[in-house]
Amino acid sequence: MTQALWIAKTGLDAQQTRMAVVSNNLANVNTTGFKQSRVVFEDLLYQTVRQSGGQTSQDTQLPSGLNLGTGVRVVATEKQFAQGTILQTDNALDVAIKGRGFFQILMPDGNLAYSRDGSFQRNSQGEMVTANGYAVQPGINIPDGAQTITIGGDGVVSVKLAGIPSPTQVGTLETVDFINPVGLQPIGENLFIETGASGSAQAGTPGLNGLGSLAQGSLEGSNVNVVAELVNMIETQRAYEMNSKAISTSDQMMQFLNNNL
Amino acid sequence: MDEMLYVAMTGAKQTEYAQAINSNNIANISTTGFRADLHSFSSSPIDGPGVGSRVNAIVQSYGTDYSHGAVSTTGRNLDIAVQGPGFIAVQAPDGEEAFTRAGDLRVNAGGLLSNGVGHLVLGDGGPVAIPPNSSLLIGNDGTISVQPLGQGPETLAIVDRIRLVNPDISRLQKGNDGLLHLPPGETAPADAGVTITAGALEQSNVNIAKTMVNMIELSRQYEMQVKVMKAAEEDADAAAQMMRVS
Repeated sequence: MTQALWIAKTGLDAQQTRMAVVSNNLANVNTTGFKQSRVVFEDLLYQTVRQSGGQTSQDTQLPSGLNLGTGVRVVATEKQFAQGTILQTDNALDVAIKGRGFFQILMPDGNLAYSRDGSFQRNSQGEMVTANGYAVQPGINIPDGAQTITIGGDGVVSVKLAGIPSPTQVGTLETVDFINPVGLQPIGENLFIETGASGSAQAGTPGLNGLGSLAQGSLEGSNVNVVAELVNMIETQRAYEMNSKAISTSDQMMQFLNNNL
Repeated sequence: MDEMLYVAMTGAKQTEYAQAINSNNIANISTTGFRADLHSFSSSPIDGPGVGSRVNAIVQSYGTDYSHGAVSTTGRNLDIAVQGPGFIAVQAPDGEEAFTRAGDLRVNAGGLLSNGVGHLVLGDGGPVAIPPNSSLLIGNDGTISVQPLGQGPETLAIVDRIRLVNPDISRLQKGNDGLLHLPPGETAPADAGVTITAGALEQSNVNIAKTMVNMIELSRQYEMQVKVMKAAEEDADAAAQMMRVS
């Protein structure tokens, strides 16, 4: 009996996690460069109470045994790296990646993180930084008095300085790719860090070797499909209800037992 | 007397097992490609002296429900759903070949194709290695073609073919890892008749209404067993009452 109770409890846990993931996806529907997550469920180990194929006599075998499943668990929440919608902002320092690739961001602790969020700004030293103030790598310094900033599809950043007729190149944005981007670990602030599962970062020029080219004046919106998430939410709620029904039924059975014996 | 009590107790215990199987189906209502477990009761008489009334009800796994689950479209290129009968061959944790209907595939850090749970997907010659690519396409027959990284669409190359099989389902058995296995030593040949749809996932095939009704039925059955135990207790009480010398 308690078995049925605990199995239903794993169902509740799993649906609760799924609800959290759905809520997080919906909460980030307007987050630049956000990638939606999906939960992966796995059935837990089966317990063999009676082995099928056991001898019932010298010549006969048990045709089917008794295997009890022990419930469900969330084995992973995996990010879906489908392209988000590209939004035109016409802001010179907004950059979207069209296709594969991540920007490299230098964290305050000196490590590199990776992001699809290209809403860059300038800090007091003229460096190109993310909205949180972390510098993009390789560092790009936009000099004082820059009239216009141009970021090419291949990442070349050039500025037009007053009094100089031709544009001056001030740096190049590099993007990186991973064998298994799903293995990246999200750490918040629109950033991901490398893990053993993602493989190591391979830097390259945007637009070459399969890396997506850059689009200036655009941002990549989140790739959350709101309708799908709402349907997910309904499904999660009903599944949760059914698991709690299983718990209350088990409870009633035990109650009946206690009251009658 | 004692017979009645023990037969009812076994019945209640076995009903608990059946309820556990049913709860497991409910818990896995959202598990991709999950196949519901079936159970049945069989009678197991205990021979011995006296009236042949000692017949225990024993619950047993009655195999797996192989009906098809609902297919939902995800649009992700690595999600595949098997259409009609058939299975995807994967490598079980013990290295043996096993079968599943869960097609939420991904490429792991080593560049090998695995499903969401992490079992390696088998191709024509063992696990499928996916080279770095800018686009990947899985055909209806499981053929995987990729556009290698940095090359144009004219270079689309066939990598491997996912092993799709259609073994006799009466010989399949769910292992303790939740995958379907053939008896040891047997392998299923690749079957060209099995087709898949890319960009879709097959949901669990747990029938909600059926499981809920089952749950009610089992709980009532349990109550009846308990009632019998209660009756046995009352009988014993009455007997004790009669024998009492006041």
